[in-house]
Amino acid sequence: MTTRKAKALGLISGGLDSMLSLKIVRDVLGCEVRAVTFYTGFCITETQRRAGRTRADGTVKPNEALQAGAELETEVELVDISDQGYLDVIANPKFGYGANANPCIDCRIDMFQRAKSLLEEWGGDFVFTGEVLGQRPKSQRRHTMALIEKNAGLQGRLLRPLSAQLLPPTLAEKEGLIDRSKLLKISGRGRREQIALAQEMGIANFPQPAGGCCYLTDESFARKFFDVLDHKPERKIAREEIVLLATGRHFRISDKVKLVVGRTEGENFQLDRFAEGRYRLEAAGVNGPIALVEGEPSWEDMVTASRIVARYGKGKDLPQVTVSWRGGGADGEDLVPVEPFRDDESFAQLRI
Amino acid sequence: MERPAPDRTLDTSGKYCPVPIIETAKAVKAMGPGEVLLVIATDPGIETDMPAWCKSTRHEYLGTDRDGRVFRSWVRTRHPA
Repeated sequence: MTTRKAKALGLISGGLDSMLSLKIVRDVLGCEVRAVTFYTGFCITETQRRAGRTRADGTVKPNEALQAGAELETEVELVDISDQGYLDVIANPKFGYGANANPCIDCRIDMFQRAKSLLEEWGGDFVFTGEVLGQRPKSQRRHTMALIEKNAGLQGRLLRPLSAQLLPPTLAEKEGLIDRSKLLKISGRGRREQIALAQEMGIANFPQPAGGCCYLTDESFARKFFDVLDHKPERKIAREEIVLLATGRHFRISDKVKLVVGRTEGENFQLDRFAEGRYRLEAAGVNGPIALVEGEPSWEDMVTASRIVARYGKGKDLPQVTVSWRGGGADGEDLVPVEPFRDDESFAQLRI
Repeated sequence: MERPAPDRTLDTSGKYCPVPIIETAKAVKAMGPGEVLLVIATDPGIETDMPAWCKSTRHEYLGTDRDGRVFRSWVRTRHPA
């Protein structure tokens, strides 16, 4: 057994499993720990905040990784990976999508490749995560975990402390840097063992499982995500488009034209910020949402979009509503009177 | 309560969780011990994120004020251990 203190890089989501893993590696195995959390741009907390949504008591949802860092008194570094390289992986996954737009295997490979770079740059011995064998239907199967590890170039250097005794020993275990007998053999979807362990280890505050924290697993988001990719000559998506996908109601007016209508004050504020390069629509004289039209709309497309915008405003029962059109490369504003759609069914087929 | 005069001001208006904290972490790295950073934000989550981040990094959280949509958080950088 070597006496050198191992250096371990932890990927911390802020969930209970990752908190327990950090405690085990730091306090039980005695390693020097560097904790990081990756920001992908698909975080549900971020999206809810952007839309102005709050919890029942009016407060905003906290960032779980930061809360975990506070609870464990360990700095959790926030690393932004929402660059074009990551978005290209999401748009073109080698191993395909899960139930929605979630390419979990490719996403994890990308994250682990980035973790490997951070580990090597830091001079660390291994990466650890809170993954539990069999907890997730696809990405946490024995076969998939091995595949991810191999494709990330982390073979033998990826420790899952909660399930380690059910998995092949890592290099750090083989070399005696860490003691395998102190690692655990938890598997499956239950949380009883983890909750008992949290009590034992003095972790008082941890988030309840909320069915994932990634917007790519959301069915409605997935429809909009694939609609964008299906209407482009090449499978590429930009960061700004991702923000818009999680904002407002989306309508496919024609092959080349899309409409996004704000639902809340927060979303209207957000859409206003993205108006440049698009047409901005808003009812004049009555309260209503802000909407953006993307693409190359014909006059008829703009009228259809305006009738939808009018439908969601306070003038929806008026015989006519004037809608302001701005942007699209022209200065000033056009004021166009339209008849609001009388019911939602009339344009339901346009909803993405 | 009167807040200390900041040594540096970071404006993260229009950015959302966790970007204001990512930028705060970068700003603090470039500051000396005991200096005060003022972070301006429009994401209301700054009220919960900033104290949590300060607790985990052992910087001193000096509080957050709200003025309409705008939040102002003060942080005093820690002295070396």
